[in-house]
Amino acid sequence: MIYAELFATFFLIGMFTIGGGYAMLSLIQNEVVTVHGWISDTTFTDIVAISQMTPGPIGINSATYIGYEVLAQSGASEFMSILGSFTATFAVVLPSFIIVLMLCKVYEKWKEHYMFKGIMAGLKPATLGLIGTAALTLATPDNFIDWKSFVICIVAFLALHFKKIGPFAIIGLGAVVGLLVY
Amino acid sequence: MVTLWKIFWIFAKIGAFTIGGGIPMIVAIKKELVERQWLNDEDFIDIITLAQTAPGLFAVNIAILTGHKLRGTKGSVVATIASCLPPFLIILAVAMFFTSFKDNEYVIRAFKGIRPVVVALIGVPMLDMIKATKMRWWSWAVVLSSMVLVCFLSVSPIYILICVIVMAAFISWYINRKEVCK
Repeated sequence: MIYAELFATFFLIGMFTIGGGYAMLSLIQNEVVTVHGWISDTTFTDIVAISQMTPGPIGINSATYIGYEVLAQSGASEFMSILGSFTATFAVVLPSFIIVLMLCKVYEKWKEHYMFKGIMAGLKPATLGLIGTAALTLATPDNFIDWKSFVICIVAFLALHFKKIGPFAIIGLGAVVGLLVY
Repeated sequence: MVTLWKIFWIFAKIGAFTIGGGIPMIVAIKKELVERQWLNDEDFIDIITLAQTAPGLFAVNIAILTGHKLRGTKGSVVATIASCLPPFLIILAVAMFFTSFKDNEYVIRAFKGIRPVVVALIGVPMLDMIKATKMRWWSWAVVLSSMVLVCFLSVSPIYILICVIVMAAFISWYINRKEVCK
């Protein structure tokens, strides 16, 4: 039963992704390429590339794409493939939905407790560190191809920091600048 | 009172523009929610911290936590569906019709402009969080050591979060006991 397998696999992926984003890539790769053999390594690389070019968290993107591909490749109809896509996406979100909803209740009940406050005080700088890490991992030669990239980054930073432009507009503007200068 | 429809609209917009993981979207969430005073600065930083610590996708966790804060469980469900829907539909379209999407010359050029913007979108909230948090010497120590451990020594963020939780719980217990004994 391919739907049950898709559900179980992506449920586990959703549950064991901590620390966000690209940490989940190797986990997904191991499950769908090595363990289940649903897609090839090349298709996986394609999915990563497409995910970086489309909006949405990479976990959702790969779940949606792989859920569709697995069924389409096995000759299922369009509708059944979309159902596969939906199954995988739903499964990847479900565990964090349950856990975070429970966390909300805990937070509302205990947020004035000294120990909870202490833990939050420790986690805040750790979160900052992890966000900083995300910025550093994106500062690669793939993303910064030449001096123009640095100019775009600095101008975007200043414009955002001084609230001259909104976050959605700046992404659109980035796309326009990319089309014009490259 | 924020309506469910409003929550849906905001998170669908955020979902449609989440490029490069959830972190660049912190700026968007802040603009949409904090600047309209639906969330205060403190709630906002707590939400980011909890979203980063909990398992699952950062962007989805933010949706669950914010939705809950605004309208309880119903708000969570609406925000989660809204933030997953645009990436789901876009990837489905790519999987069904545009498998050659990533080789499209215009898409490639646009993304050369978008990627440096995404890095700036991560830098801005870091600066905001540093300003809004009372940073002490040990906060900086946690920020820097978590960055070095994850970035250069490839330690999984999970271990860092667990260590921080255990240490912070112990330290706050110790401080509290000293105060009680006085």
